Amino acid sequence: MAEHLLEVRDLSVRFHTARGVVNAVNGISWHLDRGETLAILGESGSGKSVSASAIMNLIDCPPGEITSGQILFEGRDLLTLGGEARREINGRRIAMIFQDPLSHLNPVYPVGWQIAEAGMAHGESRHDAYARTLELMRRVGIPEPDAAMKKYPHQFSGGQRQRLMIAMALVLKPDILIADEPTTALDVTVQAEVLSLLEELQEETGMGLLLITHDLGVVAEAADRAVVMQGGRIVETGTPRELYHNAQHPYTRKLLAAAPGKGAMRQADERPAPILQVRGLTKSYGAFTALKCADFDLRAGETLAVVGESGSGKSTVARLILRLEEASGGEALWKGEDLLKKSHRQMAPLRRQLQMVFQDPTQSLAPHMSVFEIISEAWAIHRDILPKARWRARVTELLEQVGLQPEHADRYPHQFSGGQRQRIAIARALALEPELIICDEAVSALDVSIQAQVIDLLGRLRDELGIAFIFIAHDLPVVRDFADRVLVMQKGEIVEQGPVTEIFERPRELYTQRLLAAGLDADPDVQAGRRAARLALAG
Amino acid sequence: MSSMLGKRAVSSFISLMVLIVLVFFLSRLTGDPAALYLPVDASEEMRQNFREIHGLNDPVLVQFGHYLADLVRFDFGDSLRKARPALEVVLEAFTWTLELALITMALVTAAAIALGSLAAFNIGSPLDRIASLLSLIGASAPDFWIAIVGIVLFSVSLGWLPTSGTGSVWHWILPISVLFIRPFGLILQVVRGSMITALGSAYVKTARAKGVKNRPIIFVHTLRNAMLPVITVIGDQAAALLNGAVVVETIFGFPGVGKLMIDSILQRDFNVILAAIMVTALAIFVMNLLIDIAYALLDPRIRT
Repeated sequence: MAEHLLEVRDLSVRFHTARGVVNAVNGISWHLDRGETLAILGESGSGKSVSASAIMNLIDCPPGEITSGQILFEGRDLLTLGGEARREINGRRIAMIFQDPLSHLNPVYPVGWQIAEAGMAHGESRHDAYARTLELMRRVGIPEPDAAMKKYPHQFSGGQRQRLMIAMALVLKPDILIADEPTTALDVTVQAEVLSLLEELQEETGMGLLLITHDLGVVAEAADRAVVMQGGRIVETGTPRELYHNAQHPYTRKLLAAAPGKGAMRQADERPAPILQVRGLTKSYGAFTALKCADFDLRAGETLAVVGESGSGKSTVARLILRLEEASGGEALWKGEDLLKKSHRQMAPLRRQLQMVFQDPTQSLAPHMSVFEIISEAWAIHRDILPKARWRARVTELLEQVGLQPEHADRYPHQFSGGQRQRIAIARALALEPELIICDEAVSALDVSIQAQVIDLLGRLRDELGIAFIFIAHDLPVVRDFADRVLVMQKGEIVEQGPVTEIFERPRELYTQRLLAAGLDADPDVQAGRRAARLALAG
Repeated sequence: MSSMLGKRAVSSFISLMVLIVLVFFLSRLTGDPAALYLPVDASEEMRQNFREIHGLNDPVLVQFGHYLADLVRFDFGDSLRKARPALEVVLEAFTWTLELALITMALVTAAAIALGSLAAFNIGSPLDRIASLLSLIGASAPDFWIAIVGIVLFSVSLGWLPTSGTGSVWHWILPISVLFIRPFGLILQVVRGSMITALGSAYVKTARAKGVKNRPIIFVHTLRNAMLPVITVIGDQAAALLNGAVVVETIFGFPGVGKLMIDSILQRDFNVILAAIMVTALAIFVMNLLIDIAYALLDPRIRT
């Protein structure tokens, strides 16, 4: 049997926490060869990052404890090596990059120094390390690398920061690069660029790439092989094609079924009259224009998706309509009345018709209030909706409507999972019986399977209650499944709008085409087509 | 950066003005200096004469006007008690306080950062437990009691150190040691907490994955980030010392500004009170400015 570059054998890790022992991974085994890309696929809590942390000696013991297994790198078991020997390997032989490069770069040092430090920590001279840094910064596509070396992490964009992290990892030409959710926080177009960069660098250096991800699309795009993890165990291993077409384990099948972007698209109903007409909506911050003359209509009961990359102004639209910020110009006619001209007192009764669900339910739900208090607070403000005696019964009803239990009413937000919290946020919005709910990236932070459930819930509410949605999202497959009409934004302007079928099947604008081509699909064959389209558009 | 400092200067100037008004009128409320400075059996004529010389007969607002006019020329008037310019008296005392404060804070900062960092890196170790215990004791120790016990032990019983006054290096040891304890306890706690947070941060994970050694991880990657909250506390503690460590200065007969202020208030030496407050306020303003600059130097996100 040929020796693998890296092999994890029967690894078990557990953590001693205040709530008892948590088995993070249980007897997992996998291997990685030179020049190969292995993906570890799993949802949050599956233990997909734990073996990488064990390889890099990043598990703090205690509270962590490695109870069994071996990690063989060139025939040596890393777990039995001393601290100094492992430090020698880190960065030099095996390097790692992380999700959220902003927090993973030291905020107070220039990026050039941070990249060069990877060399200097392993004995390279200052001169050599800086020369290599400059070369790598150019290689990963940082503009004006000479000047950029002296800048600090906060002065770069998200995609550039991830490129800097990649440069840092490659200073010593490692044999293995571990990438932990390297593109999760990035825009789709940037995600595609970063994945191609990793692939090119892998071809140049022949390194083994371990890609940890929750995204089936990333697996389809980049992996040679994938292992699927659930609850600390590997449930299935195979090539992306095998997994997609011939999944054996029920969990893999469930994940694939939950992947959005596969269902029938909705046919936009052109008959109802518009309830919201936005004309020339504009917002400037000093000289910077965040939103330029946006015009669009929303019909009763319709779902309008607003898509675009970060900074495109899609959240600004929502904040202006709800008067969370003041517009610089334009009008937003809600049933004929201009919302932007209302005083705050006049706005108050209208607010019950317009509700919002935010991206991060952990931050948007008050931590010291029980679920009952969170949901019923609206009735304390809008007193005519419901007499106090009926509050309890109505909260129970709403919780059941969003798929929670009546006894959840007396718990606090931290006692729920992310998906449950988002259900609470939806119940809170429903309490006012709104006619329009604006969802700002409401499902972006959720795991795929949870995301599918929440989308189902929103779809049911739309059909049962006739609520209109403005659905702000960067995730195109979700939009494809959920929206009636789509509005594509770029740099504060609406570049294209139309029925979902038009936008997805016959996009007119180059930007929309690029956006669609950059999106990753769980089907490796579809993804190969996308990739070709992306390269054609770029070329 | 410079605009921030400019704004700071303007707002500090306004607070200084408010302070002048408050202190001037409040000190007038403490009573008539003539009653204190003249013999009990002084005649009404002598009292009138005294008030006339010191301008105490004018309406309060007129007195305030004179005072402001003099201030512009840095003339704080004369000390009633010492018959010397008030500013001179204050600056003399303030020099002592400044020296005491600077030496103490330098020692506190060095000791707290070193011990706090090591404790944070070896969390749960005996060293960490000792550091936590020391910091708890330090932060809660009453300084007047420590001062007296210190005198009893080291000066009276052992006879190693002088009880009070100034004159030699030995005279500084007890006051500095007593002043050291509380800020040391507080800052040690903040350093430890802030270092623990910083050591758990994502960029430390990156550094470990790069193969950076432990010592640079602590002293290069973590410390500079952890210093940001610590600097604020160092500033607060230094300000307290600059204000004059009233209790400690009084117990050790140390001729600093804290002792001077208490004496001047008790003796209604208005000009000295006002001068002392202005000088310490200015010192605290300068120190806050230094802290802002230190912040900007440590954190590029503030600078750029």
